[in-house]
Amino acid sequence: MPTYVKNKPLEHIELELLLEGVFRQYGFDFRKYALASLRRRISTAIQAEGLATISELQNKVLHDPDCMERLVLTLSINVTKLFRDPSFYIAFRQKAVPVMRTYPFIRIWHAGCATGEEVYSMAILLEEEGLYERARIYATDMNEAVVKKAQAGIFPMKSMKEYTANYQEAGGTRPFSEYYTAQYDSAILRPELRRNVVFSAHNLATDGSFNEFNVILCRNVMIYFNQVLQERAQTLFRESLVNFGILALGRKESLRASTHEEFFEPLDTGERLYRRVK
Amino acid sequence: MSQTGIVVIGASLGGLRAVETLLGGLPAGFPLPVAIIQHREAGSDDRLSDLLQGHAALPVGEAEDKEAIAPGRVYLAPADYHLLVENGHFALSTEPPVWFARPAIDVLFESAAEARGAQVIGVVLSGSNEDGARGLAAVRRCGGIAVVQDPATAESSAMPNAAIAAAKPDEILPLEGIAPFLVRVCEGVRPVREGT
Ligand SMILES: C[S@@+](CC[C@H](N)C(=O)[O-])C[C@H]1O[C@@H](n2cnc3c(N)ncnc32)[C@H](O)[C@@H]1O
Repeated sequence: MPTYVKNKPLEHIELELLLEGVFRQYGFDFRKYALASLRRRISTAIQAEGLATISELQNKVLHDPDCMERLVLTLSINVTKLFRDPSFYIAFRQKAVPVMRTYPFIRIWHAGCATGEEVYSMAILLEEEGLYERARIYATDMNEAVVKKAQAGIFPMKSMKEYTANYQEAGGTRPFSEYYTAQYDSAILRPELRRNVVFSAHNLATDGSFNEFNVILCRNVMIYFNQVLQERAQTLFRESLVNFGILALGRKESLRASTHEEFFEPLDTGERLYRRVK
Repeated sequence: MSQTGIVVIGASLGGLRAVETLLGGLPAGFPLPVAIIQHREAGSDDRLSDLLQGHAALPVGEAEDKEAIAPGRVYLAPADYHLLVENGHFALSTEPPVWFARPAIDVLFESAAEARGAQVIGVVLSGSNEDGARGLAAVRRCGGIAVVQDPATAESSAMPNAAIAAAKPDEILPLEGIAPFLVRVCEGVRPVREGT
C-alpha cells in the first residue's frame, strides 16, 4: 500500500504552481485565464522547449528570462487582421462615428491591440470620416514584443490582397494601396497613420486605468480570461469610459452574463457595440 | 449520462449532410447539450446555424464566449474560432488552426474529455482529413463513449478511418443509426467495453 495517495490530478497542481511562480517572479498574471485554452498553450510550450512536464517548464521559466519571453509569446495569441470582421467597421461608421462627431476631442483605447492591425484600421476609418485630427489613439497590449511590432506598422505583403478585400467590404472607398508602400514582401503603412497613436504596454490583469476615454475597443482578448478576470477588465473599462462612451467587443463576446450589463446599453447588438449609460 | 453529459460532434467540409441527418434524428426532448464542429470557411456567417435549424427539433445557435452549456440545445462553433468546453460553459479561442482547421474537432473533443471525462459522447462523421482522431482518442481515454460513422456510409471516409485507427471506438454505426444510439445512451444504456 502506498503511503502517499495522490488526491488531485497532478497536472492541476503543477499548473497552479507554474502560474504562481511566473506571477511572483515576473509579475505576469495568468492565474485567471480560461483553463482549457491555457492548458493547450502550456502543452505547446512544453513541446517547443523540448520538455516533458509542467514542472520542468516551471524550472526552466523561473531561471531563464528568455524562456519566459517565449512563454509570454506562446500564451498571448496574437492573431489579428486589418479590418477583421468587415461588418464591424460598417456598424462602427454608422453607429459610433455620429456620436464621436459630437466630441471636440476623442480619446480611443485599443486594449489588447496585438500587432496593431485593428489600430491602423481605426486610424484609416477616422481619417476617411474626417475625425483623425481630433483623435488620440492609445494602443496597448501586455506583450511588449507585439507592441513594438504594432508601432512599426509593417505587415506581410502577401496578406494585402485579403486586407484590401476586407477594407472594401468594411465600407472603404479609396484605393487601399494609398495607405501603404510595398517593399519586397512587406507592406509599410503610411507613418502619418500613427501620428496620433500612443503605443505602450498595459496588462488588463494587473494594471489600472490610465486615462478617460470616449471609445474603448477590446476585441478577442477577454475570451482568454475566466469570468473573474473578465469582470475585472470590464470594471476597468467602465471606470475608464466617459458617460455615454462606447465599448466594442469581439464578434462572439457580450456583456450578457456580466454584472456590468446594467451599466451599458447596446448601440448595435449584432456587432457588439455598447454605450455606457451609468 | 448524468447532468454533466455532453455530446460533441465533428464533421469536415462535405460532412454537412451527415450533421443534418444526425440532428434530424434527435427528438425535441433530447436531454444533453450537443456541440458541433463543422469545418467551414473563415469568413462564413451565421447562415449555417439557420440551415441546420431547418433540420433540427432542438434549438440551434452559434456558441458565444462563456455561454452556459444548457441541456437540449445545439451549439455550433462560430467560423474562425476554436470552441472549447470549460467547467459549465464554453470558451472561444483564436489559437492557430489544427489540421488547417479553425474551429478544429480535436480542440473541442480534447477540452470536453478534460472537463467532463466519462460524461462525454464523441461522434466523428464524414470528412476528408484527420481532424477528430486525436480528440476522439482523448474522449475514450478519459472514459467517454467514442462513436464513428461507418466509413462505408460516409461521403468522405478519411476522417472516420483515421478516428477508428486512433481511438478504437465503442461503436461504428451507419449514419442513420447514430441519433437512435445517442437517445438510447441517454436512457441509460451504455455500450459494454471489452477488457475494461
Ligand atoms: C487575438 S489578439 C486580439 C487582437 C485584436 N484586438 C483583434 O481582435 O484582432 C489577443 C491579444 O490580447 C493580448 N492579451 C492577452 N492577455 C492580455 C492582458 N492580460 N492584458 C493585455 N493584453 C492581453 C494578447 O497579447 C494578444 O495580443
